[in-house]
Amino acid sequence: MNLMSKDVDTGLTEKISVSNLKFFYGSTLALKNISLPLYERQVTAFIGPSGCGKSTLLRVLNRMYDLYPNQRAEGEVMFDGENILDMKDLNLLRSRIGMVFQKPTPFPMTIYENIAFGIRLYERLPKSEVDARVESALEKAALWKEVKDKLQSSGLSLSGGQQQRLCIARTVAIRPEVILFDEPCSALDPISTAKIEELIDDLKNEFTIAIVTHNMQQAARVSQRTAFMYLGELVEFGVTQKLFTNPTDKRTQDYITGRFG
Amino acid sequence: MALDLAKYRRRRIRSTITVALCWAASALGLTILGVILATLLYKGLAGLGPKVFTEMTPPPGSDGGLLNAIAGSLVMTFAGVVVGTPIGILAGTYLAEYGRYSKVSSVIRFINDILLSAPSIVTGLFVYELLVRPMGHFSAFAGAAALAVLVIPTVVRTTENMLLLVPNQLREASSALGLPQSLVIRKIAYKAARAGMITGVLLAIARVSGETAPLLFTSLNNQFWSTNLNAPMASLPVVIFQYALSPYEDWQRLAWTGALLITAAVLTLSIAARWLSSSRTQQ
Repeated sequence: MNLMSKDVDTGLTEKISVSNLKFFYGSTLALKNISLPLYERQVTAFIGPSGCGKSTLLRVLNRMYDLYPNQRAEGEVMFDGENILDMKDLNLLRSRIGMVFQKPTPFPMTIYENIAFGIRLYERLPKSEVDARVESALEKAALWKEVKDKLQSSGLSLSGGQQQRLCIARTVAIRPEVILFDEPCSALDPISTAKIEELIDDLKNEFTIAIVTHNMQQAARVSQRTAFMYLGELVEFGVTQKLFTNPTDKRTQDYITGRFG
Repeated sequence: MALDLAKYRRRRIRSTITVALCWAASALGLTILGVILATLLYKGLAGLGPKVFTEMTPPPGSDGGLLNAIAGSLVMTFAGVVVGTPIGILAGTYLAEYGRYSKVSSVIRFINDILLSAPSIVTGLFVYELLVRPMGHFSAFAGAAALAVLVIPTVVRTTENMLLLVPNQLREASSALGLPQSLVIRKIAYKAARAGMITGVLLAIARVSGETAPLLFTSLNNQFWSTNLNAPMASLPVVIFQYALSPYEDWQRLAWTGALLITAAVLTLSIAARWLSSSRTQQ
């Protein structure tokens, strides 16, 4: 039996299937019965006004909320035949589902170490192979040319956009299957933003990607599927182009035309 | 609309008075500090010579130095810090990382704050009851134990505070790579908080190296050179205490010199701590 269901209409494979997901901060319900698929090797964008639950949803997918008390999720999030909400080994889960955050978060170590650190965590490799992996990760993050001569400088010495690409390289280096982007460009200038968007487009050939963004143009540019969320509900989910040009829900229409949010 | 000039002038006057009071208060504090340091230098330098570092504490009326007291202070401070620092760092790590949201932590934090401000003589009495009485005699062990008890709360506090300064995003980012919490703490949080934590340990050393009260009840004093940790041991603060209160002029002179030495050492440590923490913020 194939654990991953092929979508009859689209011919795409569901890498992650969220169904009837509820999320609570204490007793506050932050996600109300969310159901949607994340298709393999596609970019799915989550848009919606602040506080609509899009980041919360992302943080369920790698169980980030487990770091904090009084937060819990109910429902089902199937990932390769396993319910993420029931998983015990969160470190393993997080090595398979990587995450890039809003603010660049390089570790206080050299550029090289920032990437090699994660690789060595999971694999015992000779130095030459670690070197090769570091290089290919930096290549994939379009950062290699800029840093190849200063791999031993501190990761903190890079510019904001470079730091963010370093974080992407770090995530890519441990070869996850899914990468979650939580507003990866909101702290960056337009040029760095364009670079990261280009990068996301490249990365989708290899990874399944989910991106939360405040920027609707960005969602339209980088994603194939878009989910519009409002007040903890999934209002509309569909092909990006259709959602932005011909939405079915009035609230989606209002949001994308800038009437609120 | 006219400006209410009278009101404005009153406020100007109040402001001037307040600023003047602030200046006066700082001047008073600094003057006192200056007088203390000047007296210390004047009286302490008079007795400072090579003999201070090469000869033992003398009987009244004869020549001598402070070698055994300096050595004793170094030995007991070192032992106290070596024992107290790991305990303090581990406890501080628990409070900031593992037990950040637990009720137990707030109780521990509260008790630690009490310990931090408890008079050190109480610590001396505590160790006296715990070690000196059962052992039947004063010892350097007991002295080091008392100093360790003083080191712990200071290090707990600074470790916790420094770890709390590490942005949570860094913890989330490392967890998101699949790092177990122990590695997040050891490889990321400690690294980011290192300078601050070292500063905390230096400040703890500075604090205990001048303590007299806890040593009076534990290591007592020793007129002679001794490296036996199971016997009474001389220390600078206790020698200063004893010699300064004595009627003999040469003893009093040595006490001044000892006070100068301690002050210089503590000042050096504090400046080093300052320098370390400022180099941290420049990163």
